[in-house]
Amino acid sequence: MFVRLVYESFRRQTRRKVLAGVAITLGVGVATAMIGVATDIGDKINRELRRYGANLVVTPQEDTLDVEIGGMNLKPASGGAYLDEAVTVNAGVGGQVTLLGTYFSKQLSFGKTNFVTGVRSTHPWWKVQGAWPDDASEDVLLGERLASRLNRQPGDQIDIAGRSHRVAGILSTGGAEDDQIVAPLSLAQQVLGRPRAVRRIYVSALTKPEDAFARRDPKTMSGAMYDRWYCSPYAQSIAYQLQEAIPNSHAEQIRQVAQNEGVVLSSVKGLMLLITLAALFASALAVSAAMATAMFERRSEVGLMKALGAGNNSVAGLFFTEALLLGLAGGLVGFSGGALLARLIGRSIFDSQITIQPVLLPLILAIAVIVTFGGSALAIRRAVELDPVYALRGEG
Amino acid sequence: MLFRAAILRRGRATSALLAMVVAAAVVTTMLNLFVDVQAKLRKEFRNYGANVVVVARNGQTLAPNALQRVSSTLAGRGLAVPFAYAVARTTSGQSVVVSGTDFDQVRKLNRWWSVNGWPSSSQEALMGVRAAALVSPQSKPFDLNFGGRVEHLSPGGILQTGAAEDSRIYLSLRDFEAWTQTRPSTIEVAVSGTPEEVSSVLQKLSEALPEADVRPVRQIMEGEARVLGKTRATLLATAVLIILTATLCVLATLTGWVFDRRRDFAIMKALGASQRLISGFVAAEAVLLGGIGAVIGFGFGLGGAAWIGRANFHAPVVPRFSVFPAILAGSVAVALIAAILPIFMLRRVQPAMILRGE
Repeated sequence: MFVRLVYESFRRQTRRKVLAGVAITLGVGVATAMIGVATDIGDKINRELRRYGANLVVTPQEDTLDVEIGGMNLKPASGGAYLDEAVTVNAGVGGQVTLLGTYFSKQLSFGKTNFVTGVRSTHPWWKVQGAWPDDASEDVLLGERLASRLNRQPGDQIDIAGRSHRVAGILSTGGAEDDQIVAPLSLAQQVLGRPRAVRRIYVSALTKPEDAFARRDPKTMSGAMYDRWYCSPYAQSIAYQLQEAIPNSHAEQIRQVAQNEGVVLSSVKGLMLLITLAALFASALAVSAAMATAMFERRSEVGLMKALGAGNNSVAGLFFTEALLLGLAGGLVGFSGGALLARLIGRSIFDSQITIQPVLLPLILAIAVIVTFGGSALAIRRAVELDPVYALRGEG
Repeated sequence: MLFRAAILRRGRATSALLAMVVAAAVVTTMLNLFVDVQAKLRKEFRNYGANVVVVARNGQTLAPNALQRVSSTLAGRGLAVPFAYAVARTTSGQSVVVSGTDFDQVRKLNRWWSVNGWPSSSQEALMGVRAAALVSPQSKPFDLNFGGRVEHLSPGGILQTGAAEDSRIYLSLRDFEAWTQTRPSTIEVAVSGTPEEVSSVLQKLSEALPEADVRPVRQIMEGEARVLGKTRATLLATAVLIILTATLCVLATLTGWVFDRRRDFAIMKALGASQRLISGFVAAEAVLLGGIGAVIGFGFGLGGAAWIGRANFHAPVVPRFSVFPAILAGSVAVALIAAILPIFMLRRVQPAMILRGE
């Protein structure tokens, strides 16, 4: 009997049910999408922050002092001191020029993983007019200020240490490299006569913002604490692991990048969390309001049932069951809609996936049902306590 | 009559007003944040340091009044710090880059500099960690030679950045100029504001200092533009979602409220009120409800935004009264739609049928 009542209620009053269901679906959909965006935004913004370039640097332990004033084209006021650390080459047309060797976009494999690395990923603000040289070739890039001084275009030849090389492109960085020749690493090592020499390694890593735990000295930690520190992606622990992996090296964070990205990331994540809470609150309110409104219309039904002899509990039970079914159905549809919406937002803003964890589904459904219940509870209680006579007459 | 009606049906009227207030509050908070968060995040991005550099051409130094010209062009919209460079030699013949700067200003500009003690007196040097290890390993006073002039210095603090600064020795600009007779060749500037504002300041600086190269620091500006763009887009998407939900909430409540009172309207109609009078009555109620709800909700929303600002950014969110007209218009519009719709649907129904309870 009970089941038939519920079934008939849905069959005969589809319009009203659909309206309430739509409200639940929309509310749940918005809530799901917001949760999806909020949980993933940290990761997405972290990846965007990598556009600032490398946040870690590895140098030889016994490195000598950098006697260069990088960043700008400066001739330091001389007076008995001179630069003697840079690798300068005779570039054929007057004066010494610094040759910088690096990876552009090199395929590497380590164990079973293949990956591509190079300045094209760690220094995304470097722009090339022409083409990037292949890492295995002997083509070079000319910094734009150097190129205009030497009057070279992409495709021209340039003399480096007695041999002629093709200029693949003109490099513009806004920094010291605009006065340098940038070549594939193997070529620079060849020119220098040191086949495996590397001066510096720049690392662009996805890190976790630094906190008090990160700053602790790993030597003072033991067991589980050490494992936790070691396995967390703090800049400090990554630098520590780099030093372990590369003999005779010193790794540290490039503070200008590493420190500030932590600050920015925390701000954005905190903001999104608070906004998500506001959105969840608004959704819950919307669903409650819709359910309360839907319930309020049906007081005459309640009156009729009570007049026919139904007890308060069975009447309330009937409506709660309807609310449960509506909540579940609306919640399911809303969840899938919200997941699609989150994916749409991820694709259009970040060009990557925002996936909703399937484990969220039971949680969302439970919350949808609770909110649906809550919204109708007050209205059901009021309707049920009303004298059936008034309800039947359409008053009250 | 409006007042009496509202007071008589207190219960439902209050819940309708409540829905209005909450919706307006949530939307106000969102819009306030949307407008203000841009400014807040930009301030966080200024922690990355200088986004514009002024460099003298051809290895020369800047004119003595260059810093004044830069500061007056900035007019408080940023921070300008001068740097002078020279290559000196230690007693063992080692070359080291020495830089003269304004310690107070550079401390504000480069917050990521990890410094364990700032030099406070004359002849004290801030040593980059690598320079210190080589030049003054036991923190003892040391000598540097520049062009035949020897300077006696003592370590005042150690600097660590992970970049080129670690290999340098920093002196106060006065000490540096007295020793090397070299003026600053670089001014690093952190300009605050939107990319358009930064570009215009860049332009003005180029005009104010025609003898120098005024350049954006591309790494900083491009990174900032990209991250801010994505954050703004995400905020916009969430704002739209929240506004939609709030609207839904109000629509649901208000439609129910009006539909609920159809007996009252039926009685009015039976007593001779015209359809237009009833519609006008309902519309007036809706406008009043929308207006009051918007005002109260706006107040709460400002409070909410202020709390979020304090909790997340540790700085108050500036109340943006400019969003109030939009909130007011939106609330009234939604209230009107919510109210008029049921009236429209009930228009054709005979009062008698409603009074009979159908």
